[in-house]
Amino acid sequence: MSPLSRRDFLTAGVAAGAGLVIGFYLPHGTSPGEEFSPNAYLKITPDGKITIVVARSEMGQGVRTSLPMILAEELEVAWKQIFIEQAGASTLFGDQTTGGSASVKSTWDPMRKAGASAREMLISAAALEWGVPRSACKAQGGSVWRNGTNTSLGYGALASRAATLPIPSDPPLKQAKDYKIVGQRIARLDTPSKVSGTAQFGIDFRLRGMKYAVLARCPVIGGKVASFDDKDSMKISGVSYVGKIGDAAVAVVADSVWGAMEGRRVLNVTWDEGPNKDLNSAAIFESLRNAAAGKAASLYSVGDVAKVSGRRVEAAYQLPFMAHAPMEPGNSTAHFQGTECELWSPTQVPQDVRDSVATALNLDPDQVKVNVTLLGGGFGRRLEHDYGVEAALVSKAINGPVQVLWTREDDMRNSTYRPASYHKLNALLDGSGWPVAFSHRIVMPSINAQKGFVPAGEVDSEVKDESSFTYSFPNVLIEYVQTETPVPLGWMRSVNALQVGFAQESFIDELAVAGGKDPLALRLHLLAKDETIGPWSTARMRAVLQLAAEKAGWGKPLGAGRYRGIACFACFSTYAAQIVEISMENDRPQVHRVVSAVDCGQVVNPTILEQQIQGGVIFALSNALQAQITIEKGRIVQGNFDDYAPLRMNQAPVVEPHYVESTESPTGIGEPPVPPVAPALCTAIYAATKKRIRALPVIT
Amino acid sequence: MADITLHVNGSERKVEVPPETPLLWVIRDTLQLTGTKFGCGAGLCGACTVHVEGGAVRSCSTPVSQVAGKNITTIEGLSSNGLHPLQQAWIAEEVPQCGYCQTGQIMAAAALLAKTPQPSDEQITQFMSGNLCRCGTYERIRKAIHRAAGGGP
Repeated sequence: MSPLSRRDFLTAGVAAGAGLVIGFYLPHGTSPGEEFSPNAYLKITPDGKITIVVARSEMGQGVRTSLPMILAEELEVAWKQIFIEQAGASTLFGDQTTGGSASVKSTWDPMRKAGASAREMLISAAALEWGVPRSACKAQGGSVWRNGTNTSLGYGALASRAATLPIPSDPPLKQAKDYKIVGQRIARLDTPSKVSGTAQFGIDFRLRGMKYAVLARCPVIGGKVASFDDKDSMKISGVSYVGKIGDAAVAVVADSVWGAMEGRRVLNVTWDEGPNKDLNSAAIFESLRNAAAGKAASLYSVGDVAKVSGRRVEAAYQLPFMAHAPMEPGNSTAHFQGTECELWSPTQVPQDVRDSVATALNLDPDQVKVNVTLLGGGFGRRLEHDYGVEAALVSKAINGPVQVLWTREDDMRNSTYRPASYHKLNALLDGSGWPVAFSHRIVMPSINAQKGFVPAGEVDSEVKDESSFTYSFPNVLIEYVQTETPVPLGWMRSVNALQVGFAQESFIDELAVAGGKDPLALRLHLLAKDETIGPWSTARMRAVLQLAAEKAGWGKPLGAGRYRGIACFACFSTYAAQIVEISMENDRPQVHRVVSAVDCGQVVNPTILEQQIQGGVIFALSNALQAQITIEKGRIVQGNFDDYAPLRMNQAPVVEPHYVESTESPTGIGEPPVPPVAPALCTAIYAATKKRIRALPVIT
Repeated sequence: MADITLHVNGSERKVEVPPETPLLWVIRDTLQLTGTKFGCGAGLCGACTVHVEGGAVRSCSTPVSQVAGKNITTIEGLSSNGLHPLQQAWIAEEVPQCGYCQTGQIMAAAALLAKTPQPSDEQITQFMSGNLCRCGTYERIRKAIHRAAGGGP
């Protein structure tokens, strides 16, 4: 998920009404000196209520807790004083995309400055109130204190006065050593509602008079509706409308979800299966292999791999399509009312939903309001706008409020999939068994090109960004053959880094075996010199590997029948290493323990970080072991959690998360733990069986 | 259409729905109790788990006509204040991430503890492996069940 910077941040301030409102403004629409429209990351009302606005989507990664922690730290408030509010699509927060492991990284500076600006203004307000210099005042615990006295004024009492003051453009920020909130294991604010059942996900949203809709979509990729007969559907109790939505779907609307599902079950649609009706997985992989000989773009190059001699090692790797399958199936609620449309959507991209709905309904974006609910998982699937657009179109068709709901089969068969890929690697070893040249040719369709984000003739820069190479080699060539596919593609947790990391790190293990080296020792050899390779620091990667190795007891004997594998990879500005411990049970790997180490700079909330690492490992194991999407006759074969089977508790290992203590600016954690898991697993399988897994999933 | 009387969370509720309607949709749409979730519609993920006469049942695959007159408990009725020992343990162990599957996980765990108050790791694994969590919270779920069972930490 590329951290798209469509909307640049500009910092400005606002004095608004009876309270203090600090916000971040777009360059357009407002300029200094004019009256600012109120906008908020922070609202302090005279009654003392402190509200922090979260302008990212909560999909399990803890942003409704971690982002307010950053602001609260600088504001100098007690954590328990804080209320939070979820922002919908807005023009006030810059790009609100939740993806690219970027929420903490991209809001770290804006949230800190928002808190610090407010704190400084509140101190100034108190100083004026008391007629003393600012230096005689100090902010602490939601009040400003007059030094050397017991006199204080709460932030609420100071709010109105603070609102009249100029906004400091460059407020002083706290030192990490003074943090009281950032770095603490603060309990997530969303947990109580998630265990009581009161948490409201998109699917739980209700409007008075709301209908429910499910859509029949063409089972063949790229197919369309030829004709449909709604006679039987309309006989189902509660069904009130059947109609075409776009070219490729027919909506069935009823007064209950079950009525809509039953109406769809008996709906008679004739499909125009279109150009892909003979597409299948075998042909897709054959075309990827054939494309490997084609024109490649260089993503990263050092020295000249063609001029080196030595012992050659070669291998090819292959990964299938994969689906996000978040637990909450796709849905959105929409209410179209002539010149406006309001949506309630579990989305990672409220602004894109707004814009796409506006286009679909021929409205202006400011006529579309998108509210963001909780997301029952995202993993990148909710970076698409389809659910919202469908809901808006159905609402317009029936001229009333409606919730469009996808079933699990709808989700599995109409997703946007992680691209299948093929990889050719080769390397040369010197006389001592150390590799001196490394080549990796990535053959894969581009998500961004398919979506029209890559100019013709150019390669997808996101593939380049995620094809990280952190090792010091005298000769390296990383190349990309950008192919095309009719299979819809999407950004899935760790995106291209998963495919690249699996091939690269598995092959590093092959080189260790070929050269007679310990796989950790080989990696440390390739990271021995402190240097910067692209955006990456060898020292930070080395430290992460060493931390994982130390915690896992690398080099120490394992119990009988236990084997382990190691891998590391850096992506989304974060370094990660994993050591996977397995046994083989009936020729299948049982994963017992995964030791994970990361360096993501300053940790905002260690508990949330550990959750993300644990979840990332389980997510990665699901796909590495057994979950793949295949295509036959233009149709997605898998339909539900029986044939696309995420890990269950009986397969889940103990995951031990560790992190490097750091005061560097924080980077992401949602995705970086994912890529090293599959190669570490497969090298553990190699250790156990001497069988090299070069195609995922492991179990087919 | 049929008039069906249900006993949900201690209250008698009359509903008028087609008798084959899965209990899940009656709970969510007719009774407006949305804590019970739709995940797969096929009894594969456990997000829709409720109790019927104390036992864990997949409400997405249970026709409402089968549970007429029986005692049904949803997450909303698990405790009067949302603080069943399992719910407290879930909070203490910081189990939820996205949280979508967790009400089903808790209902499954409650059915387990009702029959097996001190479950072993193996018993927990066996009972809970029917409930999927895409966020990968299994380890914390296991700890929370042990905690609620009084087994620590």
